[in-house]
Amino acid sequence: MSGDRTDGAVATRRRLLTLAPLGLASAAGVGFWAMLSGMERGSFDPHDIHAPAVDRLVPSFALPDQAPGRGFSSDDLRAQTVPVLVNFFASWCVPCVVEAPVVAALAGRLPVWGIAYKDRPDDTAGFVARSAAASYARLAADRAGLCAIDWGVSGVPESFLVRPGGSIAWHLPGPLTDEIVAGELLPLAARLRR
Amino acid sequence: MRRLAALVVLLAASWPSGLALAVSDPSEMLPDHRLEARAEAIGARLRCLVCQNEDIEDSGADLARDLRHVVRVHVAAGDSDRQVMDWMVARYGDFIRLQPRLTPLTVLLWAAGPLALLAGGLAAFLGLRRTGDTGPAPLAPDERARLDALLR
Repeated sequence: MSGDRTDGAVATRRRLLTLAPLGLASAAGVGFWAMLSGMERGSFDPHDIHAPAVDRLVPSFALPDQAPGRGFSSDDLRAQTVPVLVNFFASWCVPCVVEAPVVAALAGRLPVWGIAYKDRPDDTAGFVARSAAASYARLAADRAGLCAIDWGVSGVPESFLVRPGGSIAWHLPGPLTDEIVAGELLPLAARLRR
Repeated sequence: MRRLAALVVLLAASWPSGLALAVSDPSEMLPDHRLEARAEAIGARLRCLVCQNEDIEDSGADLARDLRHVVRVHVAAGDSDRQVMDWMVARYGDFIRLQPRLTPLTVLLWAAGPLALLAGGLAAFLGLRRTGDTGPAPLAPDERARLDALLR
């Protein structure tokens, strides 16, 4: 009788021991599947170098004027009562040339404050005159490129939508397109104005 | 032959100089050797965001040079290694660390080495034990007698 009981206990233990590695393997499999499908959908990106900007306050800075516009500081941004798009660009950057008409088309719909990244003042002035003259409400120069690093910029063009009060609502590490403007940027700006 | 020689000279002239420019521009360095060594150690743990598989000390990219400068400004201002790393991670995320941090996501990555060693050790132990106990059984007395008779 007692022998039967120990035999039963041994059998259960053996069954548990064979199931344990299976359970571990399936748990790991589910974990990997979640990670890989997240990477495919874009919700999980271990290589993301742009994640932390959103919901942070804009860094402290004061940048000089860039013709034809007037420079600005972080205090100017924080004092705004409407959302502002801060756009890092450079005349030497080809995607910025492609982006310029999209930025120009924002005139009257969303204030855009430009920051010229590591550019010669004359080159920037020429670039703005050629393309997006009317659309930069303020225009500043970051000649050393160090203010851009404080924002977390890794390469132009990059854009940040800044809430009234100076926190970052949205970050685009790349050129603006008509689809992104119509589908993401303007609806979000409209929600922030309310 | 001449063309080959010219190619070799061209390669020798262009390749190492480009590499050397990134690392050893003396104007980038801090005058204090101890601080410079610390800045280099920090920079060696930061990923160049343009090349992505190089640290910023080795990279020739413009952004890497600016990041090296920022690291040196912070080190010269008396920031600790950890403060400089945190400053960078706050702006560029965890991916800027060349050595991943231990988080629930990276536990398996960190544990993979020890786990493989453990699994290999276990396999080796079981394998050796099995070969150990399958030696030939000793001969019975009548078998021994028959073998002796055959060998005589």
